[in-house]
Amino acid sequence: MVGLGWVSVYAASYSPDAPADPFSHLSFQELMAFNWFKQILWIGTAIVLIVVLVVIDSKAYDTFAFVLYGIMILLLIVTPFIARPIAGSRSWLELGPVRLQPAEFAKFITALAVSRYMAGINLRQQNFRDQLVLAGLTLLPPLLIIAANETGQALVFGAFLLAYFREGMSPLILLILAAAGAILILALLVPKLWLMGAFTVMLGLIFAFNPRLMRHHLPMSLSIWAVVIGMVFGVDFFFNNVLQDHQRKRIEVLINPSADPLGVGWNVTQSKIAIGSGGLAGKGFLQGTQTKFDFVPEQSTDFIFCTVGEEWGWIGTMVVVILFMSLLARVLYVAERQKSVFGRTYGYCVASIIFFHFCVNIGMTIGLAPVVGIPLPFFSYGGSSLWSFTTLLFILLAIDAYRKQDLERY
Amino acid sequence: MQYLEGRKYVVQAIFLAVALVFAARLFYIQVMDGSYKLAADRNTLQRIVQVPYRGLIYDRKGQILVQNTPVYDLMVTPREVKKLDTLRFCELIQLSLEDLRAGLKAAKAFSRVKASPLVSNLSTPELAAIQDNLIDFPGFSVKAHMARSYNTKNLAHALGYVGAITPAFLEKPKFSKYNPGDFLGITGLESYYEKELMGRRGVQYRMVNVRGIEKGAFRGGEFDTLSVAGQDLHLSIDSDLQAYAEMLMQGKRGSVVALDPKTGEILAFVSAPMFEPATLSGKGMGNRYMDLLNNTERPLFNRPLMATYPPGSTFKLVNELVALQMGVVTPQTGFPCNWKLVRCTHRHEYPSNVGIAIKNSCNPYFYQVMRTAVMRGRSANRFEDARLGLGEWRRQVMKFGLGEKLGVDLSQEKKGLIPSPDFYDKRNGYHRWNFRTVYSLSIGQGEIGITGLQMANIMATIANRGWYYTPHFVKGIGAGGPLPQYRVRHTVGVDPIHFDEIIPGMQGVVDGRGGTGGNASLLDVGISVAGKTGTVQNPHGDDHATFAAFAPAEDPKIAVVVFIENAGFGGSSAAPLASLLMEKYIRGSVAPWRKRWETWLQGPGEKFVRHH
Repeated sequence: MVGLGWVSVYAASYSPDAPADPFSHLSFQELMAFNWFKQILWIGTAIVLIVVLVVIDSKAYDTFAFVLYGIMILLLIVTPFIARPIAGSRSWLELGPVRLQPAEFAKFITALAVSRYMAGINLRQQNFRDQLVLAGLTLLPPLLIIAANETGQALVFGAFLLAYFREGMSPLILLILAAAGAILILALLVPKLWLMGAFTVMLGLIFAFNPRLMRHHLPMSLSIWAVVIGMVFGVDFFFNNVLQDHQRKRIEVLINPSADPLGVGWNVTQSKIAIGSGGLAGKGFLQGTQTKFDFVPEQSTDFIFCTVGEEWGWIGTMVVVILFMSLLARVLYVAERQKSVFGRTYGYCVASIIFFHFCVNIGMTIGLAPVVGIPLPFFSYGGSSLWSFTTLLFILLAIDAYRKQDLERY
Repeated sequence: MQYLEGRKYVVQAIFLAVALVFAARLFYIQVMDGSYKLAADRNTLQRIVQVPYRGLIYDRKGQILVQNTPVYDLMVTPREVKKLDTLRFCELIQLSLEDLRAGLKAAKAFSRVKASPLVSNLSTPELAAIQDNLIDFPGFSVKAHMARSYNTKNLAHALGYVGAITPAFLEKPKFSKYNPGDFLGITGLESYYEKELMGRRGVQYRMVNVRGIEKGAFRGGEFDTLSVAGQDLHLSIDSDLQAYAEMLMQGKRGSVVALDPKTGEILAFVSAPMFEPATLSGKGMGNRYMDLLNNTERPLFNRPLMATYPPGSTFKLVNELVALQMGVVTPQTGFPCNWKLVRCTHRHEYPSNVGIAIKNSCNPYFYQVMRTAVMRGRSANRFEDARLGLGEWRRQVMKFGLGEKLGVDLSQEKKGLIPSPDFYDKRNGYHRWNFRTVYSLSIGQGEIGITGLQMANIMATIANRGWYYTPHFVKGIGAGGPLPQYRVRHTVGVDPIHFDEIIPGMQGVVDGRGGTGGNASLLDVGISVAGKTGTVQNPHGDDHATFAAFAPAEDPKIAVVVFIENAGFGGSSAAPLASLLMEKYIRGSVAPWRKRWETWLQGPGEKFVRHH
């Protein structure tokens, strides 16, 4: 997968003007100018990282989870003050030639911390205090990240809900969130009075068919109805006052991509054109015209999927989708075979995070999700992202390797 | 915890559902929906049309008349214009501030990022004067293209001109292959032979990146086509004769057409007043065009093709030939010069045969010839008799190429008019007209309308004794011959023997004692001319003078028609002019003692106005 990713980064940053055999002509510094070369370095360091991660006693992750969490929170707080702004957000730390994004690492550290906490409580026991702490652990990093203006990365933490669900969180929460999401989208698409009427009629129908509900739960039902109606009308406020300009536009574009094809809609339109022009088998390696000639922006990072889609066609994109599905299936399998709650929760966190990235990244390139600046795991160019996913995954493997010892401990 | 086991399937189901949605969506946009491929091509492919070299135009002796020279358009890209020093700029390119502002505004309206022309058609010296300084003005660039340049000051009416295609043209299906900004022949031969002159455009597909910068050929140039240069045109025009004719027509209004009767090739073609072909090329051509258009002398009016005059006495020849062919008269038929029927030109001997009648251009004689031909007694009703007779007479006359377009290789040609019985039915009412109504036709007056070209063609037909090739300018396209329609011999349905009856009469007009065309005689240089004078009655002013002739009478090499508007009697102005042209063409030069006619013709126009 990483190899395919590199090939795509190479293709995306490939320029016909470059010398045919760069290694024999260029110095290290010059090579550093090419993303594909830097990505080799990143992959190399990632391999070193893997060795380190696996060598470390997996109990260390368990033990130091909260310590790491503390350090990370500190780092997240400090980062906006010491980082130079890049593309509107102060979230990159510069260490010599290398730029790191602490938010990337917040994912696996938070995953560790919540898993550690989860191991000590029972979500089903409805211990309100424990649930509150868990929610706090989960929400603190994204809030800090939002403060650093990296909303996309913050959204990833929503993926933890899937892991909590597996560990016993009430499905109602998922359902309510899904319903809220649906209402929000509907409120943007359908005139509000219609929606209000529809919900009112729905409530009436429910009462008509289930008179018991009206008798026993009238206040409850009415308040749900009121909340729903409130949300419908709150959307506008949220949309116009809470969201930042570019975020609002991204959602508008999702609803109607042709609204501003040369402005905000450009990314999505061009990305779809690039992928769509790939056809069944693609244009062939390095033959992509849309990606090669810079029609698609951010093509080696967030829009790397376009290069795959254009050069390898539907077959290529299917390979990527199937690879991700295999990886996720494998992660879930590994998670399920953990004997400890810590290991299993962590495994589910890993799967959820990767799934969220997969979902949103590919979704945005094909116009199914709003444009959110998050990378495609293992594919996109970028050291932080590669390191972070490597760490995420291999900590799970390390934990898995020691699962028999866990059994002995508990 | 076993009861939570089942939840792993929910998570798996969510993962799988998303994967399936992605697979379906990807399948749809990548495989099912072809529009993304088109959009991708629109993004990257730039179609570059290579306009080929336009064909050259030569005269019959191989002299180049029209060629191509590079001219330059000063282009402006509004978005890139920064801190324009308008004062200096206007001084440099010699443009008024108002024009500059208007030009910039128009350019902005077209596109801010694409270049549009600000000043068109700068010549190489004009460009050289500004090019070095242009670097100080960002946003301005120069685009070269080919424009017509002329090695001749003559023949503008036939050559036509080349101009940028107009939006109105672009909407017509015929011009669907043209793009805005393309050049094409607008009038004349440039327009008629546009397909041949244009050649075949080459198309190159280039790939461009998002900033429009070229990134090489598309698929190694697999779809590119090379342009093919246009074909050259070889005209039948004799440049020397043309220049001579235009010189003689200087300061007059009218037309001259000279044909080679044996081939139908046009040797000279003058529409006066003239203008130089270069007038409609190069910088400022738009303004000069408007000047020509608004000129009260109407220089753009292509007289030999578009001005239809009553042909006057020259038409008497056709009238006679038609009657002879019908067998209603013989060459020996005599008619009295009866002034009660119609006034005659002058007192003369009794027209006892056609020769004498032609020599004296006797109006009553030809009145009676036509009456004999029309009033055949087919019906007891003289109105009906006139209807039937005129119809048959007209059919015969039209075989001479009258009353309809001859089909010369210029598009402006008019049909002229040989009035039909229907014409008089409409104008006067059915059975409310008879021969007395239409008799003017017999002497080439009245409703009849003939173009100069048609008159020249009549002369060629008489010279050939009964046949003609459609007059044409182009005797060779590329290495080939003329268009196929100019290789078909048309016969006019009159036996050659009848021509032998009237040609001596026409010779008498010029060389006979007291002939009306004596001024056209070339006997002293050994050439026998057959001709006919004409005076076209003009209700709007002074009469028009015509003279139609061919020479040498026994083996005709040239047929000439000269129309001079408002110059009165044809014998005094048109006849000597025609004779000079025939002498010049046949002998190559004009005998010194005949130069006096040149002086005479170039004198003040008023002296031609003589009434008869």
